[in-house]
Amino acid sequence: MSSDRAMALVVPVLSVLLSFVVGGIIVVVSGHDPLAAYVALLHGAFGNVFNLANTLTVAVPLMLAGLGVAFTFRAGLFNIGAEGQYWVGSIASAWVGYAVHGLPVYVHLPLALLAGVLAGALWAALIPGVLKAWTGAHEVITTMMMSYIAINLARYLIEGGPMMAPGYTPQSPAVLPTATLPALIPGTQLSWGLVLAVLTAAVVWYVLYRTTFGFEVRAAGLNGRAARYAGMHVARIIVLAMFVSGALAGLAGAVQTLGVNHRLFDAFNAGYGYTAIVVALLGKNNPWGVLAAAVLFGALNAGASAMQMQAGVPAHLVDVVQGMIIFFVAVDGIIRSVLRWTRKEAAQA
Amino acid sequence: MDPEGGRASVNWSDVINAQLWITALSSATPLALAALGGTFSERTGVVNIAMEGMMLTGAFIAVLVSATLHSAALGLLAAILSGMAMAVLFAWGTIRFKADQVVVGMAINVLAAGLTGYLLNAIYGFTGTPPDTPRLPNVTIPGLASIPGIGPVLGHQNVLVYVMLLLVPVSHYFLFRTPLGLRMRAVGEHPQAADTAGIDVNRLRFLGVLISGALSGMAGAYISIGILNAFNVNMTNGRGYIALAAMIFGNWKPVGAFLAAALFGLANALAFNLQGVEAWHISKDFVLMIPYALTILALAGIVRRTTPPAADGIPYDPHH
Repeated sequence: MSSDRAMALVVPVLSVLLSFVVGGIIVVVSGHDPLAAYVALLHGAFGNVFNLANTLTVAVPLMLAGLGVAFTFRAGLFNIGAEGQYWVGSIASAWVGYAVHGLPVYVHLPLALLAGVLAGALWAALIPGVLKAWTGAHEVITTMMMSYIAINLARYLIEGGPMMAPGYTPQSPAVLPTATLPALIPGTQLSWGLVLAVLTAAVVWYVLYRTTFGFEVRAAGLNGRAARYAGMHVARIIVLAMFVSGALAGLAGAVQTLGVNHRLFDAFNAGYGYTAIVVALLGKNNPWGVLAAAVLFGALNAGASAMQMQAGVPAHLVDVVQGMIIFFVAVDGIIRSVLRWTRKEAAQA
Repeated sequence: MDPEGGRASVNWSDVINAQLWITALSSATPLALAALGGTFSERTGVVNIAMEGMMLTGAFIAVLVSATLHSAALGLLAAILSGMAMAVLFAWGTIRFKADQVVVGMAINVLAAGLTGYLLNAIYGFTGTPPDTPRLPNVTIPGLASIPGIGPVLGHQNVLVYVMLLLVPVSHYFLFRTPLGLRMRAVGEHPQAADTAGIDVNRLRFLGVLISGALSGMAGAYISIGILNAFNVNMTNGRGYIALAAMIFGNWKPVGAFLAAALFGLANALAFNLQGVEAWHISKDFVLMIPYALTILALAGIVRRTTPPAADGIPYDPHH
C-alpha cells in the first residue's frame, strides 16, 4: 500500500476528492445545496450524448497541450507558455486553412495541422529552448513572456491587421472545407481531433518509454549533471524537448481552430494552455494519466454552466475546485500526512 | 514641415503629452508595488509567481469591504490582509511542505481567480459591484503641484502612488542597510550558511512571502479602488506576472524593480495613446510586446546581466 506506485495514483485521486469536498463547503456557506450542484454538474458533463460530446470537445485541446507540458516536465523543464504556443498554432493553421486554395482535403488538412505544429514548436524551441540551453535563461519566465507576445501578435493580426476578415468583427476568414477537421459525432462540436489526441498520447508514450531520445529526456529530467557525465548532449535535449512540447501545444491550437472554431477570433482568455499545466500535474506526467485528467477538466468546464443554470451555483466554483486540485497535488505532503494520521488512528482503534 | 515627405505626419503632441506620463505612472503603480513585494520574497529564496492571485484577492476584498463599510481606508487594509492570507497559504505549501514553488504559485492564482469570480457572482449577482463604492482619494502635494512640467504629473495623484514612491527607497534601505534585511538576503543566497549562523531560514522566508502578500494586496486595491471603484472578473489581467518580469528586469533590487515597472507602465501608456493616432503606422500591439521582449533579453544577459539570488526557488532542507 505504501509503495510509490500506489501513492502515484492515491495522491491525485484523493486530491480531486478533497477538492470537491472543499468546493462543497463553499457551496454550503454561500447558501446553496452542494448535492444539487454536483448532480447538475455531473449531468451537464455526461448526462447525454450531446453533453458528453461537449466534455470531450473541451478535453481535446487540454489533452494535447497537457501532453506537451508533461513532456517538458519529464525533461526537468517547466513549459509554462503552452498558452502562447497554442495561439501561434491557431494562427498558422487558420492562415493555411483559409489562404491556401485549390488543394484536395488529404493535402490541405495535414498541411494546416502541420503549420500549427511547426509554429508552436518553433515558438517554444527557438527562443525559450535555445536561451535555456545556452544562457540558462529560466524557461518559466521566457515561455510566459512569449505567451504575452503571442497573444498580442494574434490580436494585431485580427484587429485591423493582415488576417482580419472584411467587416468590423475582429476575426479571420473561416477556414475552407478542405482544411476542416470533420465532426466525429454529427450535430456536435466533437471532431476527429479526439482520435488524433488519443493517437498522439500513444506516440508520446512510445517516444518517452521506448526510444533512446525518450530515455535521454527522462535521464536529463532526473539528473541533468549525471546525464551530461554519461555523455548526453543536454543542451540539444533541452531544445528538442521544448520543440516537442511546443509542437503538441501548437497541435492543440490547430485542432481547436480547424475542428471547433473554424477561424481565429478574439478569445484570448480561453486559457487552455494554463489548464494544460494542471492537467499535466494531475496526470503525473504520464500520457494516459494526462488523457484522464483532461477528460476530468473537460467535464468540469462543460458541466459548469449546467450547474449555474440548474442549481444557481456560480460556474466559477469549478475554478476553485481546479485551484484546490493543483494545490493538493503539488503539496502532496498534505495528503501523505493525512494518510499517515488516518492509518495511525485506525491502528489505535 | 513634414520631414518624411509624402507620408502623413504624426502629431507628436497626440502621443507624448502630460496625459502620457500620468497614465504611465498610474499603470506602473500596481506593477511596482507587487514587484517590490516580489523582491522581498525572492531575496529570501522563494519564487513568487502567486502575486497575480494575491493581487486579485486584494482587488476583490478591497471593493467588498469598502462598499460594505463605506470606507476606502478599511478596504485598503482588508486588501493588504487578504493578500497576506493568500501568502500564508502559499508559504505553508512551499516552505512548510517544501512543494514546488512555481506549481503552488499557479494553484494560488487559479484558486484566487475562482474564489473572486465565485464570490462576485454569489454576493453581487449580475448587477456587479455597487456603483457607490468609496475610492481611495487623490491628494495634492502643495509645493510639487505648482512646479511646471512635473507638477501636473506628480503633484496630484492617488494616495497609493505616493505610498509606492515612498516604499521604493524604504525597501532599498531595509534590504541593504538593516540587519534584518541582510539576514533575509543571506537566506536567499546561502541558506545552509545562514542556518549555521543561527538564522531561522524558514521563518525569514515566511516573512519575505508575507511582505510580498501585503504589497500585492495593496497593488490589487489600487487597481479596484484606486484607478476605479469596481471589481470585474480577472481584473488584474496578468499584472502579477508582469510584476514578476519587472522584478527580474530590475535585477532583484527595489530601485531596479521600480524603474522596470515604470518602463512597462510607459509602454502601456504609449499603446493607449497610439490608439487615437490615425497616422501612426505601428500597431499598439507591437508597443505592448516591448516589455516582454526586453525581459527575455535581460534574462539571456543580452541587454544587461541579471543575477538572481543563488538559492532562489530551492526549498530549504537542512538535511541536504
